[in-house]
Amino acid sequence: MSAAAHTDHGHHKESFITKYLFSQDHKMIGKQFLVTAIFMAIVAVILSILFRIQLAWPGESNSVLSFFLGDTWAPDGVLDRGMYLGLVTIHGTIMVFFVLTGGLSGTFSNLLIPLQIGARDMASGLLNMISYWLFFLSSILMLYSLFLETGPASAGWTIYPPLSVYEEAIPGSGAGMTMWLTSMTIFIASSLIGSLNYIVTVLNLRTTGLKMTRLPLTIWAFFVTAIIGVLSFPVLVSAVVLMLMDRGLGTSFYVNDTIINGEILEQSGGSPILYEHLFWFLGHPEVYIVLLPALGLTSEIISTNARKPIFGYRAMIGSILAIAFLSFIVWGHHMFVSGMNPFLGGVFVFTTLLIAIPSAVKVFNYITTLWKGNIRFTPAMLFSIGLVSSFITGGVTGIILADSALDIAVHDTYFVVAHFHVVMGLSAIFGMFAGIYHWFPKMYGRMMNSKLGMVHFWLTLVSAYGVFFPMHFVGIGGAPRRYYDYSVYELFDSNQFQMIMDLNVVISIFAIVGGLAQIIFLFNFFYSASKGQKAVQNPWKGNTLEWTTPVEHVHGNWPGELPVVHRWPYDYSKPGAEEDYIPQTVPLAPGEEDH
Amino acid sequence: MGMKFVVLVVIVLAVIAVAQIMRVYELSSKLRGKREEELSLKTNNINASLMLVFLLIFFGSFFYMLFAYGRGMLPNAASEIGQDIDWLYNVNWVIVIFVFLSTNTLLFVFSWKYAYDPNRRAHWFPHDNRLEMIWTIIPAGALAVIIILGLMTWNEITGEPSDDAQIVEIYAKQFDWTARYSGDDNKLGYSDYKLLGTFEDSESGKSYSNALGVVSHNSINWRVKGINNEIAELKETIEKEANNELAFSEARVNQMITKVEKLERIRERVLDMVGMYDDSVVKFADDDYMATELFLVKDQEYYFVLRSQDVLHSAYFPHFRAQMNCVPGQRTTLRVKPIYTTQEMREITGNPDFNYILMCNKICGVSHSNMKMAVTVGTQEEFDEWRYTDGITSMALPDTISAPSNLNMERMKMPEAAHHGDHGDDHHSDDHGHENGGH
Repeated sequence: MSAAAHTDHGHHKESFITKYLFSQDHKMIGKQFLVTAIFMAIVAVILSILFRIQLAWPGESNSVLSFFLGDTWAPDGVLDRGMYLGLVTIHGTIMVFFVLTGGLSGTFSNLLIPLQIGARDMASGLLNMISYWLFFLSSILMLYSLFLETGPASAGWTIYPPLSVYEEAIPGSGAGMTMWLTSMTIFIASSLIGSLNYIVTVLNLRTTGLKMTRLPLTIWAFFVTAIIGVLSFPVLVSAVVLMLMDRGLGTSFYVNDTIINGEILEQSGGSPILYEHLFWFLGHPEVYIVLLPALGLTSEIISTNARKPIFGYRAMIGSILAIAFLSFIVWGHHMFVSGMNPFLGGVFVFTTLLIAIPSAVKVFNYITTLWKGNIRFTPAMLFSIGLVSSFITGGVTGIILADSALDIAVHDTYFVVAHFHVVMGLSAIFGMFAGIYHWFPKMYGRMMNSKLGMVHFWLTLVSAYGVFFPMHFVGIGGAPRRYYDYSVYELFDSNQFQMIMDLNVVISIFAIVGGLAQIIFLFNFFYSASKGQKAVQNPWKGNTLEWTTPVEHVHGNWPGELPVVHRWPYDYSKPGAEEDYIPQTVPLAPGEEDH
Repeated sequence: MGMKFVVLVVIVLAVIAVAQIMRVYELSSKLRGKREEELSLKTNNINASLMLVFLLIFFGSFFYMLFAYGRGMLPNAASEIGQDIDWLYNVNWVIVIFVFLSTNTLLFVFSWKYAYDPNRRAHWFPHDNRLEMIWTIIPAGALAVIIILGLMTWNEITGEPSDDAQIVEIYAKQFDWTARYSGDDNKLGYSDYKLLGTFEDSESGKSYSNALGVVSHNSINWRVKGINNEIAELKETIEKEANNELAFSEARVNQMITKVEKLERIRERVLDMVGMYDDSVVKFADDDYMATELFLVKDQEYYFVLRSQDVLHSAYFPHFRAQMNCVPGQRTTLRVKPIYTTQEMREITGNPDFNYILMCNKICGVSHSNMKMAVTVGTQEEFDEWRYTDGITSMALPDTISAPSNLNMERMKMPEAAHHGDHGDDHHSDDHGHENGGH
């Protein structure tokens, strides 16, 4: 950090604490988000392997279960029924919010927004730092809830009331749920502060010449994601606060004519369906909060490594905006069988299926970008191709689920689980891996090992599909999600029971293989961060501004003047140019057309 | 323990091994001056070929699973609406599988075909309005077909039941189901959660048991008696504690006092129900009967009225392709017309052990996965036979000999303010209480 003096802010010398802990530098904050999210992801993957063991080999004693859960939650190595639901709930919560929201947006919006728009830092470094530490605090609380005597929240990650309101209905709705609600409230505060910062930074701090129509698609994705977050997360806060009041103050926003465990309740006149509306008003936009940043990252990576401009730049921006708009008017498709008015259901069918159009445009544009490209299969590129595949594979099953008539038959079955894991989980995590491999040199000034990256990709892709592809068939077979075991099937159709169990074993084995494959990534990540090959300034021969910054981080990003932008970021293999890339800082040649 | 240790050792050794390989690899690439971002042509081509290999394995396993598991898992729909849904499924599957196969093929084949070649330059092709129009309009057209067909089926599914639909209540609670048949009048008696309860009257030796909170003759009397009894017992305990006969904690005593107060308020609300239901509607409950299993008649349309006592549940009949949530404090409905008897399904599936089932499909607590009810479909004769066997409980309640003779006397003991003109809650349940016919 000898270069700190370069910045025109005139920063004073930094101590260990201000540099590594309470840093206000966006690059450090991005890395803090990333490392925290990686840790949370490890926990969530382990939780999923634990419940997959139960699903594949129900009731059998397993030393892995007793190792992680002990006698309390896995007596004799058999998973406790209540803890099973706790594991499922916390796995979902951590993955959706802490890994794919906090981890993905937090890492890459922080790292890339200032670097790609030519800014010294975020609009507010202080708020940015607060955003991370709130995220950290909420992560700690969520993890701590796993160690409570009555267990963590276990009403599913959607925590539908009244189950989530009364400890008497399920033990996890005691202290565990209080912890969950507190953690999520803090998480949302973190997310809101971060999002406002991103929006302000993108709008106000773009460098000279960087018009909105010259922004990399990454920035467009982060920008729109932040807007979605600001508009939808507050609704979840209100849902959570109303629930806290129902739990503690005797109100009845979500409760009506209820008898819990033999005890008649006075609370009356509310509706659990109100909660479902509030939850999914965030819950569905949340899918795009998770997906759009991943799509943004891969747009950049695919273009760079195919050595071709991203096809249909303006259509890509248009589809991001269309998806963002539509994401707010589709939430009801989660509630087709909730008892909601069927007419309203019909409206949501219509709006939901509309989202397939901008999504299809994005897919075709990706594929056309590859067409007649000159593709370099860096690990980042591999994961980006994986993302397009999972986005297709998961997207098409969405057409089935969006159709209310068809949804009735597979609602809340493993078909849904498979669908959203492929389209949202895999796509986002592939995008995140792609982003890490691609921008690792910008984070640590070193390269990750590409051979290990390739092994990591192929193992991950195969095991990911190995997990989620058979899961569709389990769901079509009518197996409900959040079931501790499928012994009930033995009562009415032993053939079907056998099929479900066969597939469950396949799924669990792939889950374990896929989980272990991540050790390769973890090793590569941490090893390369300290011992990897030193990076050059522009290893992937990219056009965007971050590749004009020095390899060693400097506070303020550019040692001298801020770069000036003259063109869009996708001039790859432009006819007439010497090299197959033209950085954004190169002025247009006389007579050269802007894109 | 031994197993654990071995696994740990293997993982540690594996990590060390990878670390060593890495060091060797890095040293050698350093010697050759190779940079991490510069992929050799060979490595690049291996990945390109793997794209194709993966595509083949991917599609191969897809078709394998389609044939091995696609049809066998759930037999053809066994209800009228279910068959419409199955038809719609097939139409959608054709579209979906076509898109899945074609776009994945394009993706992986292009990736393989256009792998890096140092002698070639990528084709400059930043946009093409005509192409973009094509892949906006074609999906839009396909989706229009999907939407129209979907909404037509949806309207049919959620439409009104026919006049001869049998009304059956399905009542959910942690962790079982109860069915209430509407009897010969095909009208369900009204219900209110405040009436739910049991009470043994020691004086008369009669007992009150109202598991579904059905409004029937004397149910209000019985419930008030039951609450009175509960309050009396609690007060007795509190009294004893005051006389130092028991050693309860203060918190426990306060809890009991709070409960007495709550019961008194509930009793007040039960008393508000007096006169709300006159004999012309109370009689709907007279011929209702309960069962812990569901017996349906083939080709008879059913209109299920779903209720929940405690948390959200979901009534899921996989074979009928029917599902609807059970929401506390609300009535939801579901239409089903079974078209095959259980016996016929056994023949169709070739499985002599086949049975229909009703499962819970909304997480509802620790024993969620055990919450089920046996469902049988038979002929009318079989149904009549079943109806008069054990397991069927009549809803009719015994008369209360010593019930409070004048319920309004009961309310004289209570403070005046609480009930005058304020029947908001109860009117609410009254509005929804018209279960007779469901129209």
